[in-house]
Amino acid sequence: MMKKIRVLVAKPGLDGHDRGAKVVARALRDAGMEVIYTGLHQTADMIVNSAIQEDVDVIGLSLLSGAHMTLFTDVTNLLKEKGIDDILVVGGGIIPEEDIAPLREAGITGVFGPGTPLEGIVDFIKGNVKR
Amino acid sequence: MKDLAERAVAGDDRAVARLITYAENGHPDLHEAMRAIHCHGGKAQVIGITGVMGAGKSTLVSEIALEYRKRGKKVGIIAIDPTSPFSGGALLGDRIRMSRLTIDPGIFIRSMGTRGMLGGLTGAVYDVMEILDASGKDVIIVETVGVGQAEVDIIKIADTTLVVIVPGLGDSVQAIKAGLMEIADIFVVNKADTPGIERTMAEIESMIDLGYRPGMRKTPVMATSARECRGIIELVDSIQEHRFFLESSGSLPDYLRKRYEAEIVEIIHKRLMTMIFDEKVFKEKVKGLISRIETKETDPYSAAEEILAELLK
Ligand SMILES: Nc1nc2c(ncn2[C@@H]2O[C@H](COP(=O)(O)OP(=O)(O)OP(=O)(O)O)[C@@H](O)[C@H]2O)c(=O)[nH]1
Ligand SMILES: [Mg+2]
Repeated sequence: MMKKIRVLVAKPGLDGHDRGAKVVARALRDAGMEVIYTGLHQTADMIVNSAIQEDVDVIGLSLLSGAHMTLFTDVTNLLKEKGIDDILVVGGGIIPEEDIAPLREAGITGVFGPGTPLEGIVDFIKGNVKR
Repeated sequence: MKDLAERAVAGDDRAVARLITYAENGHPDLHEAMRAIHCHGGKAQVIGITGVMGAGKSTLVSEIALEYRKRGKKVGIIAIDPTSPFSGGALLGDRIRMSRLTIDPGIFIRSMGTRGMLGGLTGAVYDVMEILDASGKDVIIVETVGVGQAEVDIIKIADTTLVVIVPGLGDSVQAIKAGLMEIADIFVVNKADTPGIERTMAEIESMIDLGYRPGMRKTPVMATSARECRGIIELVDSIQEHRFFLESSGSLPDYLRKRYEAEIVEIIHKRLMTMIFDEKVFKEKVKGLISRIETKETDPYSAAEEILAELLK
């Protein structure tokens, strides 16, 4: 068996900058993962559908606009609704300290603010995938 | 595993997706599931799309899929991008151009890395085609990696192969060098909204004329703009015409046979490679042989002979 960690990297919401998401995507690839990059302006429906079809181990959400509370939890809620519990969800972007605990509570297990070292993200994913 | 296969045949996306993962990873119970899958397949029409990097293949796949949806067909898409030979990871970016397709329950898209396969495809592509076929997709579109040199394996699996090029100096020459002239059932000159389209069309057409012999089917050349959604209906008509040509000339079963042959070869290849390079007994033997090659006690040919002799015992 040759298992590889598959990660869906998606940008929910309206902000139009994906430099950060692309840098992370490349780092994950260089760590041996298969990264499916879906691009900008993804709705929760699109993200969850893509994650199902691609059978990913991880969904990585990236957002700079500040609407992470609703947009990130939309995704975890939809996963719950569909009875999907074997996908690790992580999120990154400009996230204030006080939002981190409620995000974790809502199922975004890994939350990475600006300046998180890339190896930190890689190690977190490797250590926390659910299958 | 049998249950998973049954759910996949019933069209359950999650079961389809999980089976594909097992196919990619070479799951030990895959064999059993594929046996159950096989009797439900062999019906789908397979369209291959190949061409140079950045020619607009993914954008075109998206438009073609939407047109087939308008015609009432369910569509499966396999989008292949290269696996990095250094890390074993891959950046699979074809979905970026297919955003509009992701919430349509009649479309299933899977992105795949080449995982070490040369030729523009990936080892599990046969299994994935069978799974999508059995799950009820009428049309399966396979996008190869952006090709450079002679990555033409797509013809082993597709009923109709589209070769996509774009206008611009030297691009048609590039296509000839890459061996793409020979494999096209339909030539697509995409980005028809950019300058130089007439000239490129003329170049390709005159090249096709050169190779034309009376009685042959003449390879059509279609101009499209995937970005502006122009020429798509005509292109899909042309694909269906080719399909009709295969049906009426009685050669469609040959395509399926050819695909099964390629699949058997691939399965045997995979099994042999795992046996020789991954399984413990042989691994040790190979290691020993390599050090004997190093010290010039033997040579690669003799070493290979020795391994084969052992295998065929
Ligand atoms: N002007 C113009 N640009 C196009 C057209 N079709 C695609 N593009 C653009 O060409 C670029 C590459 O498109 P893709 O669809 O990703 O090309 P591809 O052949 O799938 O690329 P690879 O999979 O990386 O080989 C994108 O920026 C598209 O927007 C077209 O008809 N006209
Ligand atoms: Mg592409």
